[in-house]
Amino acid sequence: MQTQTPAIPDTEIQAVIDKDLHLEAPLLPILHGLQATFGHIPDNAIPLVGAALNITKAEVHGVMSFYHDFRKVPAGRHVLRICRAEACQSMGGKALADETLKLLGLDWHGTTANGAVTIEPVYCLGLCACAPAAMVDDKVIGRLDKSRMDKILQEAGA
Amino acid sequence: MKDFIIPDDRDMGTPARTGAPVTLTVDGFEITVPAGTSVMRAAAEAGMQIPKLCASDNIEAYGSCRLCVVEIEGRRGTPASCTTPVAEGMAVRTQTPRVRKIRKGVMELYISDHPLDCLTCAANGDCELQDMAGAVGLRDMRYEPGVNHYDPFGIGTLAQGDARARTTGDLGNPAYIPKDDSNPYFTYDPSKCIVCSRCVRACEEVQGTFALTIEGRGFDSRVSAGAALDDFMSSDCVSCGACVQACPTATLQEKSVIELGTPERSVITTCAYCGVGCSFKAELNGDELVRMVPWKHGKANHGHSCVKGRFAYGYASHKDRILNPMIRDSVDEPWQEVSWDEALTFAADRMRGLQAKYGQKSIGVITSSRCTNEETYLVQKMARAVFRNNNTDTCARVCHSPTGYGLGQTFGTSAGTQDFDSIEETDVVVLIGANPTDAHPVFASRMKKRLREGARIIVIDPRRIDLVRSAHVEAAHHLALRPGTNVAVVSAMAHVIVTEGLMDQDYIRERCDWDEFQDYAEFISDARHSPEATEELTGVPAEELRAAARLFATGGNGAIYYGLGVTEHSQGSTTVMGIANLAMLTGNVGRNGVGVNPLRGQNNVQGACDMGSFPHELPGYRHVKNEGVRDIYEEVWGVPIDPEPGLRIPNMLDAAVEGTFKGLYCQGEDILQSDPDTKHVAAGLAAMECVIVHDLFLNETANYAHVFLPGSTFLEKDGTFTNAERRINRVREVMKPVNGYADWEVTQLLANAMGAGWNYTHPSQIMDEIAATTPSFAGVSYDVLEEKGSVQWPCNEDNPDGTPLMHVDGFMRGKGRFIVTEYVATDEKTGPRFPLLLTTGRILSQYNVGAQTRRTANSEWHDQDLLEIHPNDAELRGIKDGQWVKLASRSGETSLRAMVSDRMSPGVVYTTFHHPDTQANVITTEFSDWATNCPEYKVTAVQVSHSNGPTDWQEDYNAQAEQSRRILPAAE
Repeated sequence: MQTQTPAIPDTEIQAVIDKDLHLEAPLLPILHGLQATFGHIPDNAIPLVGAALNITKAEVHGVMSFYHDFRKVPAGRHVLRICRAEACQSMGGKALADETLKLLGLDWHGTTANGAVTIEPVYCLGLCACAPAAMVDDKVIGRLDKSRMDKILQEAGA
Repeated sequence: MKDFIIPDDRDMGTPARTGAPVTLTVDGFEITVPAGTSVMRAAAEAGMQIPKLCASDNIEAYGSCRLCVVEIEGRRGTPASCTTPVAEGMAVRTQTPRVRKIRKGVMELYISDHPLDCLTCAANGDCELQDMAGAVGLRDMRYEPGVNHYDPFGIGTLAQGDARARTTGDLGNPAYIPKDDSNPYFTYDPSKCIVCSRCVRACEEVQGTFALTIEGRGFDSRVSAGAALDDFMSSDCVSCGACVQACPTATLQEKSVIELGTPERSVITTCAYCGVGCSFKAELNGDELVRMVPWKHGKANHGHSCVKGRFAYGYASHKDRILNPMIRDSVDEPWQEVSWDEALTFAADRMRGLQAKYGQKSIGVITSSRCTNEETYLVQKMARAVFRNNNTDTCARVCHSPTGYGLGQTFGTSAGTQDFDSIEETDVVVLIGANPTDAHPVFASRMKKRLREGARIIVIDPRRIDLVRSAHVEAAHHLALRPGTNVAVVSAMAHVIVTEGLMDQDYIRERCDWDEFQDYAEFISDARHSPEATEELTGVPAEELRAAARLFATGGNGAIYYGLGVTEHSQGSTTVMGIANLAMLTGNVGRNGVGVNPLRGQNNVQGACDMGSFPHELPGYRHVKNEGVRDIYEEVWGVPIDPEPGLRIPNMLDAAVEGTFKGLYCQGEDILQSDPDTKHVAAGLAAMECVIVHDLFLNETANYAHVFLPGSTFLEKDGTFTNAERRINRVREVMKPVNGYADWEVTQLLANAMGAGWNYTHPSQIMDEIAATTPSFAGVSYDVLEEKGSVQWPCNEDNPDGTPLMHVDGFMRGKGRFIVTEYVATDEKTGPRFPLLLTTGRILSQYNVGAQTRRTANSEWHDQDLLEIHPNDAELRGIKDGQWVKLASRSGETSLRAMVSDRMSPGVVYTTFHHPDTQANVITTEFSDWATNCPEYKVTAVQVSHSNGPTDWQEDYNAQAEQSRRILPAAE
């Protein structure tokens, strides 16, 4: 379960929007900016982004919901992405993922109760040669096995 | 589109194109189409319907459903026919084993995620998915039930009925989204959605609202109104119905069809709301109206509609409608239901009695801009031929009479110069005192489409209306003037154009009176008209105004559209003339894409004016003093016609208060609510001895009536309406009048009760009389209208097909006439007691006095009039959003709730006049246009203060209204 996220004031959101307004095709940079600043894109940002770009909230929502990486609620302190593409699956990635989920008692996209780790599927990290692979925050990890996974989770505080 | 009744109404798949001819063969048949046409449309032209789901001919091709694949000789693969343009010599095969197999496979996938509910589905028999399953010959579905969007409980049910029978109580399928019932007129059932995006594209391309999107991706893709937490009501949706029309399944479905079933017959007719005059297909079962569908061959709307015409027809069967004639001796008595004979005899005797006692000119009529041309013609004929006076006026008095006067004086015709299609070639739009997205929504959609294509718009309006800035629309300039300073702003624009030498000299020399132009140029060049000199007065920054004037003069085809914000002023006629000057100065009259275009408020206000409703004009805008014209009518009608103009509405009311005007026949108009200075109107009506109200409902005016004649709706009669582009559209009898008689019949009965001896048996005979007596209508007949669909007047020997564009080779009056436009401030001025300026207008969901729309679910969008006030003005008075406030002028006061909004300029407040509880016209004053008496609704000095609720006046009024609406049970 996600915890209730505190409301972010419109003024703070507006400041982030204004920073990228001068860009050509600024919608995606603005959404990235919001996510980078607040860890997610708050609901109240959608109409503000729409107003700034003179588009409707539906259009902002359509773009935002297309990309899985834009979050509606903040993730845990660390994000663990486990590759579920074919090469990794054939090298035991699926079993490892199932085991990890079971261990943490989570479903995909879930976050541990202490808020330390969010676990997500990813479809190919381009590391097929060293499958199974995963990614912790911005760092990719190859040749995963149970023990490396345990270490990762421990370091992340899960 | 879900067309299934009129056979030649088929969907061609993709929009028409206009390129050079290209010849190809489709399944061996040769066909020639314009370059740029899709293979799908070419095949349709050749008579071959290629299976399709995501394509429709009112939106651009999208190529997502992959059902329309074809084979083309010499090309690899199986291209989608909707996105493949034709090429010379192309040989297309629409049915080969290969494409049949692909189509079947695609269909199988679609059906694997669609409930098998067909027999109990609201779209049964009207579903393109069903049709296509048949067309591709789908006989089996190999996929096992798996992850899907339709099974609420996730227990393997294939249909909703099955699901209900086997319910486990908990929604076990996270992908299932329940129905969205929030819109009062249609439902959104995501379980039936095939994600073809037609609704999203119709919302964007046709309506221009962008309220819908596809959320998610891949299998998670769903149609979403607004953002994640929105439903249809909380989204930006304006309920125009374009998405419902576009939906090939029952995903977006009219609630009326869900309730009543699919319609079995249809009649093409014309909407009776605004001046756009949209054509609709009324679809019925027997005499029960199931839905109104915009008709794609309608030349004003091309298949689009708004929430009013599309959905708000429920008033026609509302319980408030009065179906029996009623009379009473005095207005403090309850109504007595009587037979038609008794009511008509009572009315005729009273009217004749009044004329005997108070003179021939003591009675008059008010014609309706809501009724047909034929009905209006008969009502004015009643005044002229039966009452034998010219006491006839119409509600155009209070809206566009300055247009008639101003354009008549400058160009020579009292009407707009273009058709609506002209907007497609406009480069610069000047919009003055009009809010088309609310008041003329279907035209606004076309304007917005053109703006998205790159045309620019200059908005001259005290409010920041949607066309100043809203999704995908951004005005090049917004001149937020102070109400009442239109003439100063328009003159300042002309000053810039003349003094900076931006005028089109050749055009002026060729088409206008050069001497008058020189007088005008000298007048307008005076420094007192410069933007800098008038800036303080108008509140418009001089630089902004100069830039706007330059853009209009140099930006290509410039078209001026204007509304009641121009006419309803003490200088309304002057502004219209100023607008005509601007158009002539820049050479913007006489071709496509330009012109002067009044946006007419009511469905037939143009027609009511054309039909001689005004006290000084016989039909066709010919003065009653003109003996030649009187001769025409004297011969046809067999009576002498009074050469003296009669009374205008305000004069009738004044005369009534003075005791010289005693009787009124008022058809389809609620002057008590719609006319300014309500208290004065009430006093005038109260002083009359016989007020005959002919209407659908006991309206506010009927509180002062002695005779009530039940009216018929536009669904219940034959006739014609003339829209803002002078287009004469047919109104057809969709069902028989529930009150017994169409309005033209009632007028005839009343006239005959007064001894007229008329014997029209069909409105076409009335139109024949109009054509025989009015040169601009000479070529109009019901046969012509049947054949052509509609014509734009003048339609006569010179223009047998009608006239879409006016003044093409020169102005109707000969030379275009420049008239000097001196700004004279209105007498209505702000001061310490009344420091704010009130201006009034409309909102999308309600129409005019609301007699119709208030009796529909449209009230869910707007259930009361609100006072829009700028945050600064609100804060100064300690007023918060949603609070009751008292709005007072020197005429009267009323109470309503406040809406704090920065759309307003500081110092200006705004409200609508849709609700009789508010009676915004208690506030408005008796000031009016100098030339035409059109009331100055748009400028009233007011004060706003705190209030606890309705004022004493409102409570007294409501008590009186209730008292006056009592009806005694009919005598046995």
